[in-house]
Amino acid sequence: MSESAIPAAAAPPAPARAVSVLDIFLTFLLIGATSFGGGVVAYLRGALVAKKKWLDDVEFLELMSISNTLPGLNATNMSILAGDRLAGTAGAIAALLGMCLPAFVFMTAAGIAYGAQHGASRVFVTAALAGVAAAAVGLIAATWYQIGKKSVKGFYDAFFILAAVLGVNHFKFSVPVVLLAVGAVAIFAYRPRPPQKPSAETDESERWISSLR
Amino acid sequence: MDQLASLAGVFAYLSLLTVGGGMAAYPEMKTLVVDVHHWVSDAQLVHIYSVGQMSPGPNMMMVAALGVMTAGIPGAAVAAVAFFLPTGILTFGVGRLWTRLANWPWRDSIQRGLGPVAIGLAVAGLLTFGRSSINFKDGTVHGLVALAVALAVFALTVRTKINPALLILGGAVVGITALR
Repeated sequence: MSESAIPAAAAPPAPARAVSVLDIFLTFLLIGATSFGGGVVAYLRGALVAKKKWLDDVEFLELMSISNTLPGLNATNMSILAGDRLAGTAGAIAALLGMCLPAFVFMTAAGIAYGAQHGASRVFVTAALAGVAAAAVGLIAATWYQIGKKSVKGFYDAFFILAAVLGVNHFKFSVPVVLLAVGAVAIFAYRPRPPQKPSAETDESERWISSLR
Repeated sequence: MDQLASLAGVFAYLSLLTVGGGMAAYPEMKTLVVDVHHWVSDAQLVHIYSVGQMSPGPNMMMVAALGVMTAGIPGAAVAAVAFFLPTGILTFGVGRLWTRLANWPWRDSIQRGLGPVAIGLAVAGLLTFGRSSINFKDGTVHGLVALAVALAVFALTVRTKINPALLILGGAVVGITALR
């Protein structure tokens, strides 16, 4: 990835597109209310890039790479970043609220309904949710399998994945400890290399090195 | 009041662990919400988390359901704000900084290095979640049916372009017929 080619002048975001804050709120509200079945990012791309043409694909991927690196969900991180690009701080707030409000209403109502059930309906709901939970395991596993297949390259990546899994599940370290420890080592492993010592992964640079000998 | 403060503290803390998605925070969420504060049982947390997968928008809004079960509507609001505001502010700030850091060499290192760690944490969370949702303590048949549902959904998601919401619905139908 060479997103380092993006000009630094892109920040702070210039609201050159003249998108109204209300329009942003309503657009994200619609996505927030209709993006069933996970994969909010696909819905966002469909609306922001394909339909509204507020962002192009390069910008969208750039925002995705920021969103992936930071804590927080892609759905909300992308809303904040895109809203900020489109209309500054007010745009970011409008996008976040629009994205979150429908889910908030949905999950609050679900929590009330879930807490209130009793008797026969409780047996029924518990059985349904046991099936949903099993389906969720398959769904989440598939999502991460697909991400892993695309992004895991080589021994280092496999090692860091294994270290994080074992750290949490086998050695029972808390998540922040594993995140900080394995994260620090991983970032160091991928530390910036000086240009005169290119990584051995690229054939071209290997040939270049041997040509010097 | 105490309850609201605890909700705010727990969910603000958990939100900072959601690197790569909500699943990364699941083991810690289970520890705090089930074992430490006893807001819900292990099975209830699995149920609520699963309902979150059916919600439109951010699936981790399931924290609002935990909040409302613990302290009513104010609890839902506190849980949601605590979970989404701190990381939101962080994203907002770093988002503006990030483009300016385009030539900072460590930027790509952070991005590259945290990728596999995020996958690892998600797998760890999924294992914790899976152990609670596919269990054999309600009988061998129960466990096998749950396992079959998970495997079928995995295969269908990887092999086809079927809408995940339908698969979740299918899970509910199987649950009602076979997991009672």
